[in-house]
Formats: sequence, structure tokens, C-alpha cells
Amino acid sequence: MNLRTIAIWAVSVPLVIAALGFFHQALAAAGWIAFFTWPFYFEVILNGLLQGVMYSLVALGFVLIFKASGIFNFAQGSLVLFAALTMVGLIEMGLPWPLAFVATAVVMVGVAIAVERVVLRPLVNQPHIILFMATIGIFYFMDGFGQTLWGSDVKVLDIGIPKDPIFILGGVFEGGLLVQSFDVIAALCGALLVAVLAVFFQYTRIGRALRAVADDHQAALSVGIPLKTIWAIVWSVAGIVALVAGIMWGGKLGVQFTLALIALKALPVLILGGFTSIPGAIIGGLIIGAGEQVAENFVGAAIGGAIQDWFAYMLAMVFLLFRPQGLFGEKIIERV
Amino acid sequence: MLYREAGQFKTSYAADQSLFPIAQDKWGVVLLLAVALFAVPFMASEYMLSSILIPFLVFSLAAIGLNILTGYCGQLSLGTGGFMACGAFFAYKLTTAFPEVHIVVVFLLSGFGTALVGILFGIPSLRIKGFYLAVATLAAQFFLIWVFNKFGWWTNYSPSGVISAPPREVVPGVVVTGASGTPEAKYVFLLVFVAILALLAKNLVRSRIGRSWMAIRDMDIAAEIIGIRPMFAKLSAFAVSSFFIGIAGALWAFCYTGSVEALAFEINRSFQVLFMIIIGGLGSIMGSFMGAAFIVLLPLVLNNGMLWIDPTISVALVAHIEFMIFGALIVFFLIVEPHGLARLWQLAKEKLRLWPFPY
Repeated sequence: MNLRTIAIWAVSVPLVIAALGFFHQALAAAGWIAFFTWPFYFEVILNGLLQGVMYSLVALGFVLIFKASGIFNFAQGSLVLFAALTMVGLIEMGLPWPLAFVATAVVMVGVAIAVERVVLRPLVNQPHIILFMATIGIFYFMDGFGQTLWGSDVKVLDIGIPKDPIFILGGVFEGGLLVQSFDVIAALCGALLVAVLAVFFQYTRIGRALRAVADDHQAALSVGIPLKTIWAIVWSVAGIVALVAGIMWGGKLGVQFTLALIALKALPVLILGGFTSIPGAIIGGLIIGAGEQVAENFVGAAIGGAIQDWFAYMLAMVFLLFRPQGLFGEKIIERV
Repeated sequence: MLYREAGQFKTSYAADQSLFPIAQDKWGVVLLLAVALFAVPFMASEYMLSSILIPFLVFSLAAIGLNILTGYCGQLSLGTGGFMACGAFFAYKLTTAFPEVHIVVVFLLSGFGTALVGILFGIPSLRIKGFYLAVATLAAQFFLIWVFNKFGWWTNYSPSGVISAPPREVVPGVVVTGASGTPEAKYVFLLVFVAILALLAKNLVRSRIGRSWMAIRDMDIAAEIIGIRPMFAKLSAFAVSSFFIGIAGALWAFCYTGSVEALAFEINRSFQVLFMIIIGGLGSIMGSFMGAAFIVLLPLVLNNGMLWIDPTISVALVAHIEFMIFGALIVFFLIVEPHGLARLWQLAKEKLRLWPFPY
């Protein structure tokens, strides 16, 4: 991203937020939606953004694998569920949570290596769509496996993150804006994770190898980068990202089957941000999170609610019609 | 020995291009249909009819629909459940608003209605492909289910949201829908209906339009260059596929479960049908039937197998192990035989032609 793009974003984002605000205000004035106040609007957006970071956490795992191997890993959601289930299971067995975290990370690396060995290696050179369907198979398998191992009850995952409501910006708005401290901490963890990944990709030897593989498999192979090792590493990193996402989502909603479906929400995030871009995953997540909350709280309340079930997908679909490669994706060039 | 085409000469192109060029195939299918139509309804138990054969026929039709879109035209769709729900609710609204209209006409009309919805959600396919499109079809899935859940108009403002399919007669005196129809009547009706639609699909995919779908699937840019209109090909695939899937949804609600509810058409239904065509064989009408049979039978076999091994096993555990085996089978099939059961059947036939001699 160069300075010009950043400048465009810095100007356009507040403009879009303000325009949407005025739009909803006009709708409220016309009596189409029940009520609208600016502090509430900002509160909704803020909470949406925090929610969006959680989506980005899941989306990150997709992007990592897509960048390195061109595989659209549908199983990421079940990895999130599996990681969270394993972590809870280990904590229930009496391990303190940092130890359980490390143990689960080891398990996820094991899963990653197994996936590479059993599924990906025999399917090398198959069309992408076949690989995609294979990951749907992995999705089902991991889903069943995790629940066979650890049971299907809703479990509480508590690693000591406070869940108190806090008020911020009390000086600007009367009464301040209400946010959950858990969401804020989750967002900070997400930001930290992204920073660590960025450094990892940019400055380490393995990171450089990963970028080379993402660029061109054959060229990477010919300069001596071991493709199989790299894939195992990428899946491991994605597994650990899934673990962090699992802890955050599990802490928020409880560890249960629906976690795997929440990961489906990461798909529109990816589409919006572009499959190959880590900043895209973050910004896509923020847009989807905020857009969804605004739609649900203002328009959704007027037409019957629960529109957040599909709003993200519709937004992504309409967006795709105009920009098929996503916000930050590489331009799609096709040759016969 | 028996399966050998020696001596069967074709004297015209029409005979060469016929649906079953080998006489044994033709007689085999006729025999199969005759047994299914005249013997099975009298011999099979009620359980066999209503929990195996009827869902098998309904799923076969849905699988044919998805196979047209994904297997023949190469457009991956995860919105099957949503389109099935469309068919079911369209049929319900039509038949409650116009009870005098014949039920077959209602099913066909709801199929056409679903086709229109399919075209609408197929529009993104003109710009995007592959898994981008899969995500766009997820929009159809979630949006359509939401619409049917949210607005009471679709259920005629029934307070529970679960409505039973009204009884309708196909010929005077024979009720084939709802709870009052006998399984035998439903089965025979479904068999005839699905057989006719399958014949239609088979002929469609080997016609001009079917060939244009396959050209788009194999390489869309190349197809465009040789003069196939991608817009027409893709949207027609969406329309025809949704037509079949919509009718399958209506049959599901009216003839199989007897109740019309959006819950039956959640995202898992979409995956289930997708698995059928992967296991059965992408791009094969025959494979759709095989895949449907496999996916309908597998849970029953697994259930009974596990209960036989350990009678105290919990229902939840059985469900989870079922998930695992499903997932593993998908991966297994994709690795070992990406063309599915249909391809295995074809290989078996090749072997059979020479049997009992080695060559």
C-alpha cells in the first residue's frame, strides 16, 4: 500500500460513515426506521468494528493458506472449532491455560502435517475446485472428529479475560459509548497477531520462502525451497491462527458446534478484501462487521430482524459484481 | 458372455446416437423400471418405501439438478437448499391459492418459479467463477431461508411456522401428497415423475445446449472464442438446474416429509446434495442416482452397524462418527476416483464386455 491509497482511504472512510449516518437519519426522519441518534450510531459502528476484528481473525487463516498454496481452505472453520474444543478439553483435564494453549498448538501442528500428508499430497496438480471440495471433506471430518473426541455440549472457555461493559469517549458523547471489554481485548489480540504475522512474513527466512511459494510454485522449487515443508508450515500457522480465533470466539459465545458456521461468515470478508491480501482480510472484516451491525440495528429492526444472517453474503455478492478481485486482490488475468 | 455387443449393427446415425446404443443396456433399464414399477410397490415394506426409496428418488432429482450446474456447466453452487425451499414454498402457496389446479402442474410451475430465482442468483456467475461463485451462492442459501422464515405470508400465517402439505390427487381417488397418501401411491408417482424428468435431463445434456454447458465448464474463455455465448449458457444452466432442484424441493415437502418448513433446507442439505454428485460422479446423470442411493443408504448402514457393534452407543456419537466417515469418504473419492461411482460402473461394464475371457 502506498501513501496515495492510504490517503484515499483516510478521506473516504469517514465520508462513507458520515453519509451512511445521514442516510439513516433521513430514513428515521421519514419514519421508515424506528429511531436514530448519532451516539447510538457510533456505538453500533464501534461494536461492529470490534466484531469485525473477530471475523478477520478467522479470515486470516484462509488467506495464509490461499496465498501459499492456492487452496481455498473451507475447513478453516472446523479447525477453529477443533482447536477450541481441544483447548477446553485440556483445561478441563486440569492443565493451566498457558500450558493447554501450547499443547493445543502442538496438536494443531500435528493436524496440519496430517492434512498435508493425507489429503494435499495425493491431490497435487488437481484443479482448484477439486481441492476446494476436498477441504469440505476435511471440514466434515474435523467437525465429527472434534465432537467425537470431546463431546458436543456447549462448553465455557474462560482464560481470565474480563467481560465487563465499559464506557469510552464520555467527554464527547453524553454517557459515553458502551463497549464490552472482552471485545476490546480480543481486538487487541487480533492486532497483535497480525503484527507478528507481518513481521514473520517480512523478516524471517521461512517467511521469505512462504512468499516465494505464494508467488510461483515452480520457481520456488527450482531455487531449492522445499514445497512440502512449506505447506506443512503454512497449515500449522493457519492452525495456530485458528486456535487464537477459537479462544476468542469460544470465550465470547461458548465452545459449540456453531463456531464452525461462524467461520462461514469469514467468506464474505475474504471476498471483500481479496483472497491474497492480509490487510484485505482485516479491512474486509471491519467493513463486514460494521456494515452488518448497522444494517441489523437500523434497517433490520424495521423489516423484521435477523438480517445479519445473510447481509454479509449479499454485500459481498453485490460487491463482486463490480470488482471481482476484491478490494486488495491481485488483478485477475486469464489466458487461454 | 451376456453383455456383448457383437452382431448389433447400426445402419443410421440416429441409431448410433441413441440413448442406449447397446441392446443389453436398453433391456436392462426397461427391466429395472418394470421391476421398480410393478414388483417393488407390492413387495417392499412400508419402511423400505417411505424411508429409503422415496427420499432416494427425491434426492436423485435434486442431484440431477445440481449436477447440471456443477457437473456439466462447472459452476459450483452451495445454494441447493435455498432453491429446494423455493420450490417447496412456491408449490405450497400455489396449491393453497388454487386448490383445483392439478398437482403435477403445480410442481412444474413451482419449478419454473425456482428457475427464475435461479437466474437471478446466477447473474454473478457472469463475472466471477470458482469458489468466489460458491460464496455468492451462499448468499442465495441464507437469504432465501431467511425470507421463508421471516414472512408469514409464505406459510399462510400459520402460528408455528411448520405446515403440513395438503392432500392432492394425481388421478381421481389416488392421493399422493401429505400425510394421507399411502407410501405405495407416493412411490409410484415419484418413480414415474422422476424417471420422466431424468430422461429429459439426459437428453438435454447431450443436446446443443448441454454441449455448450460442457464447453463452458472445460474452459470458458475458449468456449467464448469458438462462439458460445457464456451469458446464455451459464444462465440457462442456472435456470434448468434450479428447475430440477425446485421440483425436488416441492416433492421433498409434499411427498416425503409431508410438512413444509424452511428448517429442512438449511445449509447442510446443500452439502448433502453436493456430496451426492461428488461421490456419484460429476457430469453424469447415472451418477446422480448412484450418489443419491449411496448417501441415503450410508447413514442407515452406519447406524445399524454401530448399534450392532455396541447397542449402548449414544445417538450423538453415532451422528459425529457419521460426519467423520462422510468427510473421509469425500476425500477418499476425490483422491482415488474423482469421477465417482459412475466411472466405476463404466469400468465394470468394460470388464463385463470381455468376461469371461481376458481380452
